[in-house]
Amino acid sequence: MAVLLAALVGGLYACGLYLVLRRNLVKLLLGLLLLGHAANLLIFSAPGVVRGRAPLVAVGELAPPPEAADPVPQALILTAIVIGFAVVAFAAVLARRVFEVVGTDDPDAMEDAP
Amino acid sequence: MSGPWLLTLPVLAPLTAAAAGVVAWRVPRAQAVLALIGSAAQVGAAAGLLARVLAGGVQVAQLGSWPAPFGITLAADLLGAVMALVTGVIGLTITIYSLADIDEGRRAFGYFPLVQVLLAGVAAAFLTGDLFNLYVCFEVLLMASFVLLALGGQRAQMAGALTYVTINLLSSALFLAGVGLTYGVTRSLNMAELHLRLAIAAESRPELIVALAGVFLVAFGIKAAVFPLYTWLPASYHTPPVAVSALLAGLLTKVGVYALIRILTLVFPPLPGVPTFLLGVAALTMVFGVLGAVAMYETRRILSFHIVSQIGYMVMGLALIGSPSQAVRAAGLAAALFYVVHHILVKANLFLVAGLAARVGGSFQLAQLGGLAPRAPWLALLFLIPAGSLAGVPPLSGFWAKLAVIRAGLEGGAWLAVTAALAAGLLTVLSMAKIWTEGFWKPAPPEAPQPAPLCRRRLGLLVAPSVALAVLTLGIGLHPRPLWELSQRAAVQLLDPAAYVAAVAEHGPDRTSPPAQEVSP
Repeated sequence: MAVLLAALVGGLYACGLYLVLRRNLVKLLLGLLLLGHAANLLIFSAPGVVRGRAPLVAVGELAPPPEAADPVPQALILTAIVIGFAVVAFAAVLARRVFEVVGTDDPDAMEDAP
Repeated sequence: MSGPWLLTLPVLAPLTAAAAGVVAWRVPRAQAVLALIGSAAQVGAAAGLLARVLAGGVQVAQLGSWPAPFGITLAADLLGAVMALVTGVIGLTITIYSLADIDEGRRAFGYFPLVQVLLAGVAAAFLTGDLFNLYVCFEVLLMASFVLLALGGQRAQMAGALTYVTINLLSSALFLAGVGLTYGVTRSLNMAELHLRLAIAAESRPELIVALAGVFLVAFGIKAAVFPLYTWLPASYHTPPVAVSALLAGLLTKVGVYALIRILTLVFPPLPGVPTFLLGVAALTMVFGVLGAVAMYETRRILSFHIVSQIGYMVMGLALIGSPSQAVRAAGLAAALFYVVHHILVKANLFLVAGLAARVGGSFQLAQLGGLAPRAPWLALLFLIPAGSLAGVPPLSGFWAKLAVIRAGLEGGAWLAVTAALAAGLLTVLSMAKIWTEGFWKPAPPEAPQPAPLCRRRLGLLVAPSVALAVLTLGIGLHPRPLWELSQRAAVQLLDPAAYVAAVAEHGPDRTSPPAQEVSP
């Protein structure tokens, strides 16, 4: 499972970087999206993927029992997904405005903007 | 006021002002007043916090009363408190400048609340004691800076904003990946706990920890704009209104430098090879940044390239933590801190003065400027103070900052970096002299634009922040001892994080249990 996830994370990074390097605003956006997914999946798989019990904290305890699944990466990913959603939503609006103002969707052609 | 409140106030004050500003969305005038109050409160709270840290050592607060390491820790050592105070000062001066500089259109779209969100994010980044929380703070301040940069929507601004957003999102994704990997290795994200756990992990698998540090170095290197990751900065910082440029130029790259300092002193154990690598990066950053500035003929572009070059000096001070001598390590780190504070004040001021010069002379292009010195002698003086300071002319603050970095470098035997620093300093003088001769001394060219004269009140609002920052620069220059001693104390505190770790551990669930206990999956 870990190997599969590692390959998946690597693939997502490769695709994301490739798309970011393309000369097209929409592909740039998709690339940023994929890079965010890759980072999230990396957080999920880095501490080790285990089949565990639900991480419920008993009354009076401070931490879930050791055999439970680790809840922290999931909390981190949840936060990162929310942030990523907001950021990519902004980037999408920005890309649209850039296209309207500059009149091209090729980032390289914007270099000479006065 | 109790410690936890004092710790959250530098973040809460601007955040509250921003929230209230959103409620008063249709009344930009009220937003401006709220922003002034928020910024002033941030300065006050940060000053109080600094006084508290000076008197009582590292201050720690647990948000939501969850014990460390489960809850989110806020911790202020001297470095964090000083940076929060400088953030407040810059925020307040920029807000005042914005009252006269920012047009109605931008105000109607929430300019002032956005600045407050940015200030809250920056202060939170300086005060957080949790790696993931640092990521969240970065995102908060980045989001605000994205909007500030794009607000107004001119053609050049759009292209600049696109570059800025893309590169910063890449950097954030990398930072996030580093956070995830760190958690995978240590099962913790609390910086104080990471200090202990990464040191243990580094003993068994040093190569893994160096690779992990590499991820953070690249992520923060992009934010701090070091060689060769700086190209986004000169491509975007000159496009928005001058108040926004000054805010971003003063604060944002320094958040990256702060993160580098934090990661390499508190979070990671001493790593073989990394300081030497950083020293090379610092030398190249200084030289390439200043060469870019020499080639430019637009005031804001020149100043943008100088940010890059000056970041090199700070990183050079930081890179001396690799020295075997404790004295050199402390001197280098103290020099870096002194440099950061000096540079934030001077760089923001230079952008403000460039804005003033454009208001008086009608342009940012040196070719179109001219004759500013006879026309506005006060402006010439206002330019000379920060420009001389940036170039390191004694007795201004930049002279002491450069002297401290170079002396630490000489003591540490970093000859190459010292040579680069001296050469970059010389070229800085050259490019500041270029602005001086082209903009202020040469007679105004016949095709020079004639801007409408400013009314008294507006001119006062534009000049006052610049004068305040110039006075601070002069004050540090003429009386550097207090700031230097503060930097030295902060450096000693950074080099021996035991007090920081102990202060955070006091808030832990069980003070007797070994902090490096491994929670097996």
